[in-house]
Amino acid sequence: MTVAFPDKKETKMAVQALKDYKFPPADSVDKFHGAQLLYVGWDDHLMFCAPFAYCLPPNTPFSDLCQKSMAHSFGYHPDWKSVDFSKVTWLKSGQPWQPDMSKTLAELGLKHKDMLRFQTPGLKGINGSCS
Amino acid sequence: MDMNVKKKKLGLKEKYAHMTRGLDWQTSYQPMDKVFPQATFEGIKIHDWDKWEDPFRLTMDAYWKYQAEKERKLYAVLDAFAQNNGHLGITDARYLNAVKLFLTGISPLEYVAHRGFAAAGRNFPGVGPRVACLMQSVDEIRHAQTQIHAISNYNKHYDGFHDFKHMLERVWYLSVPKSFFDDAFSAGPFEWMIAIGFSFEYVLTNLLFVPFMSGAAYNGDMATVTFGFSAQSDEARHMTLGLECIKFMLEQDPDNLPIVQKWIDKWAWRGIRVLSLVGMMMDYMLPKRVMSWKEAWEIYFEQNGGALFADLARYGIKVPDCLTQCTEDKEHISHQAWATFYQYGGAAAFHTWMPNDEEMDWLSAKYPNTFDKYYRARFTYWRDEAEKGNRFYTNTLPMLCQVCQIPMIFTEPGDPTTLCYRESEYEGEKYHTCSDGCQHIFDNEPEKYVQSWLPVHQIYQGNCFPEGTDPTAEGFDPLAAVLDWYHFNNGHDNLDFEGSRDQANFAAWRGMATKNT
Repeated sequence: MTVAFPDKKETKMAVQALKDYKFPPADSVDKFHGAQLLYVGWDDHLMFCAPFAYCLPPNTPFSDLCQKSMAHSFGYHPDWKSVDFSKVTWLKSGQPWQPDMSKTLAELGLKHKDMLRFQTPGLKGINGSCS
Repeated sequence: MDMNVKKKKLGLKEKYAHMTRGLDWQTSYQPMDKVFPQATFEGIKIHDWDKWEDPFRLTMDAYWKYQAEKERKLYAVLDAFAQNNGHLGITDARYLNAVKLFLTGISPLEYVAHRGFAAAGRNFPGVGPRVACLMQSVDEIRHAQTQIHAISNYNKHYDGFHDFKHMLERVWYLSVPKSFFDDAFSAGPFEWMIAIGFSFEYVLTNLLFVPFMSGAAYNGDMATVTFGFSAQSDEARHMTLGLECIKFMLEQDPDNLPIVQKWIDKWAWRGIRVLSLVGMMMDYMLPKRVMSWKEAWEIYFEQNGGALFADLARYGIKVPDCLTQCTEDKEHISHQAWATFYQYGGAAAFHTWMPNDEEMDWLSAKYPNTFDKYYRARFTYWRDEAEKGNRFYTNTLPMLCQVCQIPMIFTEPGDPTTLCYRESEYEGEKYHTCSDGCQHIFDNEPEKYVQSWLPVHQIYQGNCFPEGTDPTAEGFDPLAAVLDWYHFNNGHDNLDFEGSRDQANFAAWRGMATKNT
């Protein structure tokens, strides 16, 4: 995974435009009424066609994310009941990451529009097809 | 004795010169660069507009004559179709959903193309391209109108056809084609010509028009076939305009090459992402299939497009990098897109379904490398669950790509079991894209794409409920409120085809036409 613009050149404008071209981002955190976006994808389970987008207050306990939000979204899958959160491995922006279930999103340092993936060893979807 | 002198009639060539080049003038009250403020800011250098070769020597009076003739034929067929209940002649009511996708996703774009070409014509200082853009602009509004008129007949009988204009501005999957055209229209006139005139009209249009029109012919939809024919002769002119425009830019100044190449790379990828919708239509939505998406891609893109890029190589144009990925993607995207609409079928204005055994065998035969290995188990599971009364509908909003606005459904190059994640940062804010192609586009112009109106984020911001909605009220149902705001007829326009009103009505009406009881 690459992260572009490591050292931003604020003065150079990439868009060719007739006038100054500067607009506020459409999805900055202040527009979400105190909540923040968090994306979660389940590796090897493409039955869910894309990662899910959640909009949660930063004081949400990570255990609530797993037991409530994710259970609601991923629960249809027959593998879900076999998920053991003590064995789950996590990636944040593609890098290994270890959450503490008792902490909140803010305490874990999760920022607006962070991207999490979780891996459930031994579970490979419908008939092992990664579905 | 008076001589009877014949009035001299203009030859075609003279008439053409008077009716096109002769209409131009140099302004005197205002300097030309003020009258044409958009002519230079993109960095394209034009030294001599008269070098523009008009691909079609068509004057406005001849244009009206040809188009009027086509209109007369088209509307005669449409009348006959309506009077003879032509809608009962289609193969299967599932086919109607392909038409709904066309009306909601494509026809409004014809209208935007009309506006875009009018603007490009206004902004080019050269009279040659100005006249050509004017004609294409008129063509495009004609296409929008004829499509709406042809399809309006279905609106009398079936669900989901009632409010395409309103939906375009709001519905999550229609933001994909809408944002594609908005992106092009908000660029300068030269980029517009590469984006729509060249990449879309020349490189990709056959992959859009031919599948839909052949699909209509194979499935008994004479109304759609007829507007297709009526538009096709215009398309030939549009393709030639796109090609002339790119050659003109490249011949005028060597400095134009890197700019044009950057635009081709961008717009080829943007267009290919939009075409995912066509792929799933061909492989899943046509009861009587024409050919697979993969076969269409090989014929219309790899063979025809390959010849085109070989021709452009003499100007220094290279095949866009992203296209190597497409060779792999052609085996996957139609299945990935249909899986997406199937599971988000509660929020689509058309019906979805799982293919039957015979259709799955067709898919296996057409996609021997991928269908059985990656998709069959998933689709069979869904079908079995639906039969048990446990039809799968995803209940949570998906993460979207910041550029193409499609949910992040595409897989990693070389690894079809892992989703592709790309992440960029701009001014302290994170942005996610679905592919190297989309990430590259974002990184080139982040200021543009930070403004993307992403439907999922807009819903979470509370901007997609009807006026006066109180999201804090007890029992608030956000999905129902969003569908209301979309003007969906919840329970009729959306959900599975099995059990739909379209299915029941079509069966009943066709029964009345073919049986005595």
